[in-house]
Amino acid sequence: MSILVNRDTRVICQGITGRVGQFHTKGCLEYGTKIVGGVTPGKGGETVLGLPVFDTVAEARAQTGADATMIFVPPPFAADAILEAVDAGIRVIIAITEGVPALDMARVYPIVRASQSVLIGPNCPGVITPGECKIGIMPGYIHKPGRVGVISRSGTLTYEAVWQLSSLGLGQSTCVGLGGDPIVGMSFVDLLEMFQADEGTDAVLLIGEIGGTAEEKAAAYIQAHMTKPVAAFIAGRTAPPGKRMGHAGAIISGGKGTAAEKIAALQQAGIEVAESPADMGAAVQRALAGRRG
Amino acid sequence: MKIHEFQAKEILRQAGVPVPAGMVARTPEEAAAAFKQLGGSVALVKAQIHAGGRGKGTIKEHPSQRGVQVVRSAEEAAAVAGRILGHALVTLQTGPEGRVVHQVLVEAGCEIARELYLGIVLDRSRQAPVLMVSSEGGVNIEEVAAQTPEKIFKEWFHPDGGLRPYQARKLAVKLQLRGASLAHAERFMCGLCRVFVSQDCSLLEVNPLVVTSRGELLALDAKLNFDDNAAFRHPERANLRDLAEEEPSEVRAAEAGLSYVKLDGNIGCLVNGAGLAMSTMDLIKLHGGEPANFLDVGGGANAEQVTEAFRILLADGNVRAVLVNIFGGIMRCTTIAQALIEAYRMVGFNVPLVVRLEGTEVEEARRMLAESELDIISASDLTDAARKVVAAAQQAP
Repeated sequence: MSILVNRDTRVICQGITGRVGQFHTKGCLEYGTKIVGGVTPGKGGETVLGLPVFDTVAEARAQTGADATMIFVPPPFAADAILEAVDAGIRVIIAITEGVPALDMARVYPIVRASQSVLIGPNCPGVITPGECKIGIMPGYIHKPGRVGVISRSGTLTYEAVWQLSSLGLGQSTCVGLGGDPIVGMSFVDLLEMFQADEGTDAVLLIGEIGGTAEEKAAAYIQAHMTKPVAAFIAGRTAPPGKRMGHAGAIISGGKGTAAEKIAALQQAGIEVAESPADMGAAVQRALAGRRG
Repeated sequence: MKIHEFQAKEILRQAGVPVPAGMVARTPEEAAAAFKQLGGSVALVKAQIHAGGRGKGTIKEHPSQRGVQVVRSAEEAAAVAGRILGHALVTLQTGPEGRVVHQVLVEAGCEIARELYLGIVLDRSRQAPVLMVSSEGGVNIEEVAAQTPEKIFKEWFHPDGGLRPYQARKLAVKLQLRGASLAHAERFMCGLCRVFVSQDCSLLEVNPLVVTSRGELLALDAKLNFDDNAAFRHPERANLRDLAEEEPSEVRAAEAGLSYVKLDGNIGCLVNGAGLAMSTMDLIKLHGGEPANFLDVGGGANAEQVTEAFRILLADGNVRAVLVNIFGGIMRCTTIAQALIEAYRMVGFNVPLVVRLEGTEVEEARRMLAESELDIISASDLTDAARKVVAAAQQAP
């Protein structure tokens, strides 16, 4: 079992004819993901990596039965690409694109929420169910099938965490990169809810960072609703206020969104918080050992 | 991206939002001429730097001179401008070295009946822009938010629909703006929200927002930050940029496609990925060291970028040791190792270099580094890397 995607998920790539889109589509295909086609307006009828290219997502879905999409469309057109996928009824929309204007996401967000689709990202590494389906840019080989769910706002830090888990013999059910922007589709709480309901997940590792209040909300949700053990790490304890640390979302403003506040909220909810980024895998081990019930 | 107050006010003026009449001066003579041209008996001379807290800040060479001052004659305007221009203004936000002032804004005085606060930001938890107003103008709004949150009123709006006039009226009434002021407030607030959206702002703040003795609203100060991700929609922004206000090493890094933030410590960091870069800083601190910077070379850095990154790190005189922490995912460790070797030879290292590599093709990469016979301290994992670099920095002369 897993969440969001599995071996039966049929995936298209929006922006498949671009250099980056094509490179990562190839990587996903090699991992074993069922990529069934791609979309680039004006290039319908062409073939890339042996896959059919369509002009619209609606056509691609009708012809291939796709239920997930991986978006590599450049920032000026990314919001439109997400809306097109929603309109076509794609169930899982994963936007990898980095650099989408924040107000574009403010425009897109309510439309996605009112639809049957879910959005992961933008500015995220993607989603992987190890051994079954990889949609995104993460290195597949570091992941091992297993029973730990991973949710993160970061990219390479997630790889580091997964590496630690796999090295400790802790495989993953599904790993989800939420994205580093101020407004992203799914939140920690949305994913915690899915992992709590997933029979294939025993524990969850939550990797947060400074900025916003998503981690505080996650802590409140875990305390009220989660029976599965949760471990966490928060990046950015030493970040100076008001400075943007690579991620547009990672700004501490007005004394809100500091690592200290987030760690305190998580610890109060009884969550095992890793002190050091070297300790993320071990924190999951400790959380599993002290599991509730 | 940040811009100056006079630039923000020009944007507001063009959008029909009332701001005081004012002129920029780069010399005392220009300041005197501006005072005469404004024609009033009172004007303000305001230092133009990107940092806040100017009114309470002082000029380093003339500690009695503040960054903002009321003047009553052309001669006084020239004298004040003379004490400010070309000198460093130290405020709570500049650090002790201050920021050199290259221009002042000479602005017509007005009769102030009340000072209010108005700010627009993106509310991440509601996924929408929010207009916040408060009767507590002219003070630090963070303090108001912490101590008397009931004095801040908010309305959220959709970027395309904008702030609805009734929302503005709701806020206005909470600020006791009635009668003729109600209509002024409605136009003022809706106009500002339109600017926030049309300019792709990440912050728009008017503090204080002034109610004049005639009941009109006026933006006495204006702070405007842009969302860098939307720069492609605003080519005109390039002209508003003031490189003198930016950290030179950060400008240089941005030109090389690197994400770099200078800090005060002595351990230089070169990492791929923002989250890992932040965690690496945390790790250094956890082991008793102080990071000299945040530096994310991104997922697909090439040899030139890594070389430039090293140059930037080593140009920081505080750096006593450097830590390279790479988790090779899409980027192969061998690519990084090759770049490291080339960069090391080109740049020339005068401080200890600790390297921790993990991920794709790591064995081959480690072999390459070992065979290069460069003076590199290799680390087996994150904790090992942090200990070694902190020790190296402490031992350095």
